[in-house]
Amino acid sequence: MTAAAPAQVKQAQQPVIRVEHLTMAYGDFVVQRDLSFDVHPGEIFIVMGGSGCGKSTLLRHLVGLKTPMQGRVLYHDVDFWGATDDERELMKRRFGVSYQSGALWSSLTLAENVALPLTEYTDLSAVEIGEIVSLKLALVGLAGFEEFYPSELSGGMLKRAGLARAMALDPEILFFDEPSAGLDPISSRRLDDLILEIRDSLGATVVVVTHELPSIFAIGDNAVLLDAETHAMIASGNPRVLREQSPNPKVREFLNRGEAA
Amino acid sequence: MDAPEHAWTLTSNRTGDGALELRLGGSWRSADHLPSSEALLRHFPSDSSVSQIRFDSAGVTAWNTGLVIFARRVLEFAKSKSIAVDRGGLPEGVRRLLDLAAAVPAQKDTGRHGEIPPFLTRTGLRAQEIARGFPEMLRFVGEATVALGRLARGKAQFRRTDLYLVIQQVGPDALPIVSLISFLVGVILAYMGAMQLAQFGAQIFIADLVGIGMVREIGALMTGVIVAGRTGASFAAELGTMQVNEEIDAFKTLGISPMDFLVLPRLLALALMMPLLTLYSGIVGVFAGMFVCAITFDIGVFEYFHQTVRALDLRQFLIGMFKGTVYGILVALAGCLRGIQCGRSAQAVGEATTSAVVTAILFIVIAASALTIMFQKLDL
Repeated sequence: MTAAAPAQVKQAQQPVIRVEHLTMAYGDFVVQRDLSFDVHPGEIFIVMGGSGCGKSTLLRHLVGLKTPMQGRVLYHDVDFWGATDDERELMKRRFGVSYQSGALWSSLTLAENVALPLTEYTDLSAVEIGEIVSLKLALVGLAGFEEFYPSELSGGMLKRAGLARAMALDPEILFFDEPSAGLDPISSRRLDDLILEIRDSLGATVVVVTHELPSIFAIGDNAVLLDAETHAMIASGNPRVLREQSPNPKVREFLNRGEAA
Repeated sequence: MDAPEHAWTLTSNRTGDGALELRLGGSWRSADHLPSSEALLRHFPSDSSVSQIRFDSAGVTAWNTGLVIFARRVLEFAKSKSIAVDRGGLPEGVRRLLDLAAAVPAQKDTGRHGEIPPFLTRTGLRAQEIARGFPEMLRFVGEATVALGRLARGKAQFRRTDLYLVIQQVGPDALPIVSLISFLVGVILAYMGAMQLAQFGAQIFIADLVGIGMVREIGALMTGVIVAGRTGASFAAELGTMQVNEEIDAFKTLGISPMDFLVLPRLLALALMMPLLTLYSGIVGVFAGMFVCAITFDIGVFEYFHQTVRALDLRQFLIGMFKGTVYGILVALAGCLRGIQCGRSAQAVGEATTSAVVTAILFIVIAASALTIMFQKLDL
């Protein structure tokens, strides 16, 4: 559970997530090698890169869906992949993951989707869970859609419902896989605002995988850029600063939509 | 959280101007079992003299959305009593989340309040649904027939390689399971027949029984059921998933008929492979009978073989293969129909698959009865 007192700034120097010399591979094919970076509390951290560079694969390593080939992922200085299965399950409960197309369970209504983590992992009563569910759905602008099934909603609504489910347990860290992919500019902007608002009010740490430049500049505090050709991280830092000042022309080209490298 | 006592504290006091101040302290998280609406009520005097509610959250050490939910309870209560609420004393994050939650008004009149219609209504609706299914099925069969016509004129749009692939999947890949089941059914037939025939000392007629039974009737039936479970289900799941992924829509917008491209190769593959599988199943069954007789009933292999050859003629084989072909076409139609009718969710794919197998087996049994009676009447 998160201790989300917003006044908690004193530990700002200790990273929430630390990635050390991480090498990711599918069989013999190395996707990215030797990645190292820190994600600090309350930060919106962006993983960016072109298609096929391994952004989503990195996310899968961070949330425990894929084992690293080499290197470590540390949460509050605890080795995620070195921990026992039970410890890892406990650590995962502090995450919320919002998937690319919502990944809502199609046989459950929205309310049941959001309620499932709560019924599994808390001892709250049905009434309390109901209140939490309607608050979370209201926060993402889906109040009144409790009894709808995922197949009855549009893509943008599915994404927001997926976010409501990711927030069900008030996670300390929220992961987003391509939050704005497939959304119109206004919905995409609203989702960015929502991410900012959740970070500001609940103090959650946010990791976003995306290649949408407008979102990157609107919400990113810190970022890494992965490169598909060299299979390595070619930049890290604040994306707005990197856009202007990166010594690497490839980085400036990516952040300026290929213009004026 | 570990303490049995609540981690939060809630006290209230009246201020001079008729307002009620709720003083919050400690940890206010969802897991802390926050005060319920009833507990909240106890802080309010019964004489409804409160003019305003204020908060003092200076003592709150930790909170999450649990506090927002508590604040929403207070707001709702205040609204029902028309008491004004001053949110100024809440933590800033809580105020922002309250605004965010209220930003989009709740969707009303969505027409779902979970009411289950009465039994008669449900029966009627279900009956209508089933009645609607028949024309749909007829249309599908009609379209498939038209597609076959296009195929005969060489105008059907499908790829040869797809046909070969499906043939491989439905024919050769099914051999192991067809062998096993046919062998065991042959053994059962032989044993069952032996019990009765032994009473007349006519064990040699086991060969007739197993031979005619397997080749003419049961080989086709068992193969049909196996193929319904194996191939029919796979057709429905595959086409259903394509429906979910909008792949079928993509064919339609390109002007390619899903009937030609998806249904025809499957239909042809089953129509071609089923007679062969049926023939194979009959032969395996005959060998099973021979095996049982040689081992347990002391009937020699050659004797059994000759008796089988005497009992069977080409007609029996043709009838069996004809039945097999019919069952194959039925399985392909049921699988493809349910796949194409599939809804757009994972659950719908499951339902389509179940329904495909049930429909296929139902069709097979109906066709088996009809064909058996028909061939008897025709003296074949």
